[in-house]
Amino acid sequence: MSEERDLTMSEALNEALHEEMERDPGVFVVGEDIAGLGGLFQVTSGLLDRFGPQRVIDAPISEAAQAGAGVGAALVGCRPVIELQIADFVSLVMDQVVNHAGKWRYMSGGRVTVPFVLRGAVSSGIGMAAQHSQTLESWFVHAPGLVVIMPSTPYDAKGLLKAAIRDDNPVVFLEKRLLYSRRGPVPEEDYTVPIGVADVKQEGGDVTLVSYAAGVHLGLQAARQLSREGVSVEVVDLRTLKPLDIETVVASVRKTGRLVVATEAARALSMASEVVARVCDEAFDALEAPPVRVAAKDTPMPYAAPLERAVLPQVEDVVAAIHQALGRVEVG
Amino acid sequence: MDDLEKLLLSMWQIRAFEVRAMELFEENLIRGSVHPYVGMEAIAVGTCAALGPADLITSTHRGHGHCIAKGLELKLMMAEIIGREDGYCRGRGGSMHITAMDKGMLGADAIVAGSSAIAVGAAHGLRLQGSDGVVVCFFGDGASNQGILHEACNLGAVLSAPVVFVCENNQWAISTPAAASTRIENIADRAAGYGFPGVVVDGNDVLAVREVAAEAVARARAGEGPTLVEAKSYRITPHSAATKTDLRPPEELDAWRAKDPILRFSRLLAEEHGVEPGRLEEIEARAKQDVEEAVEFALASPRPEPEAALEDVYAPADWLTAGRLA
Repeated sequence: MSEERDLTMSEALNEALHEEMERDPGVFVVGEDIAGLGGLFQVTSGLLDRFGPQRVIDAPISEAAQAGAGVGAALVGCRPVIELQIADFVSLVMDQVVNHAGKWRYMSGGRVTVPFVLRGAVSSGIGMAAQHSQTLESWFVHAPGLVVIMPSTPYDAKGLLKAAIRDDNPVVFLEKRLLYSRRGPVPEEDYTVPIGVADVKQEGGDVTLVSYAAGVHLGLQAARQLSREGVSVEVVDLRTLKPLDIETVVASVRKTGRLVVATEAARALSMASEVVARVCDEAFDALEAPPVRVAAKDTPMPYAAPLERAVLPQVEDVVAAIHQALGRVEVG
Repeated sequence: MDDLEKLLLSMWQIRAFEVRAMELFEENLIRGSVHPYVGMEAIAVGTCAALGPADLITSTHRGHGHCIAKGLELKLMMAEIIGREDGYCRGRGGSMHITAMDKGMLGADAIVAGSSAIAVGAAHGLRLQGSDGVVVCFFGDGASNQGILHEACNLGAVLSAPVVFVCENNQWAISTPAAASTRIENIADRAAGYGFPGVVVDGNDVLAVREVAAEAVARARAGEGPTLVEAKSYRITPHSAATKTDLRPPEELDAWRAKDPILRFSRLLAEEHGVEPGRLEEIEARAKQDVEEAVEFALASPRPEPEAALEDVYAPADWLTAGRLA
């Protein structure tokens, strides 16, 4: 019998790594300052003592080589987990991830598998400026052969990371840094959260708000504000961006007739654009108003707080978007 | 057939395969391109002769020689580069992406230097699994100036990974001579910067290559870390079957033709090992016959069905079975 307990998202991810490394000796972790220090955000804390330096590797600052080494280890049957200290460093590993991890199986005619996980901390919202604050999941969604995951709660983080490690495909797993310290219930027992299944975080009847990662919390806050006006918002957390659970989104839109999609990434070719397009493909008839996208501005991330707030979507932006989705109907 | 004759056969198979592949390209039976390994046969054959069945290799866009030397089936290789269903990759990869894990071939990589870190990771993975296998990473002189190779050499060094980096210095990157790409004479000298040995070897001398490779492989297997072997050679044929212009000086080409590794090894076998001329001809003829049979097999193999283009993007997974892929 496990007691109900709360963990932070860092603790939940750490527990997932402990459990999976215990379960499978082929799982190992590579990254910068992840061994002795336990990672800048403590996600790999305690792993070195438990599993030793062959499986918990403090690598040189060579992100591309870390990712490439992960691909090689995966090809021979290991399950490497590579930690990018800051998710922006994906630009340094793109060739290894997109040209190698995502394609090796296909190019081989299905003769190999590449079970690797690339984790990275999305660090916007705390004044880390333009090279440490990007939200770049769309780059990976656009590339064939990858799975892309962005959790919003400690429960999902633990279950999805465990599922990602066990999956035989290369997974890009992006964690919002501001969520690391957020607490939530996490069972002690072994569980996974299925890849490719969205989660309705709050039921509602008037409008569907689709988001993921930190955007889910924006959506839930907006929903609380709007409930005072008598507006009932259904909040759908995608959790996995590729594969995309469009069925859950469409089912919600068929119920509410209105769609707002929020992302902390820049708007063009974003998940918000993709979800809107897919809903138009599959349920245009259900829409009672044009869908609305909420996204970051198309600028490098500025440093000063008022500037960063102006670029990143805020709760009031989500509220305004929902008003817009509802208002169009009232006008009609 | 003794070990030395097997080396000669393997070199002749590579030569015959490449010559035939270039012909098939001209006949429009091969798409895209073919990067022939002609003139460099001693490097792959000498290196792979130092490997056991548990050892792995990574390869390059100029990879047919590595595949043949590692023991891949000529028939399945030829079917692949002609784009047929029976090919190693069912026609998905083509000339530049042949992969055969059952033969220890991790895959050919058409991104120059792209597989260097993959080799390091595979080597570390083998060790985690309790295997004493070694990984050989083949790359060219052009690759030696890529950033990932530097990162991979350094990471391999700090992990003491059982990996051997084999630089095939064929002197030219399409039309740019190696001397225009680096200010050092020997790429092997860069090994000092990583804290492991660098060795220069005559890449047209198959026995010298085998000896140097055996030492590097033994060192890696013993847990002493990587070695950088630089095999000096030359590609006799153009960069690729699709590259018709060749800026290399004709007299330089002639000089290297005279150092042909196959003819040189044949002479050695005749003069120092008493192999009869008739036996040498027999080995050459058998290699050509093997390649002809591979071509026949490949041409008889079915073309892939268009629907197969959508297969194997992902490995089997619950979410895939459930049809959740968007």
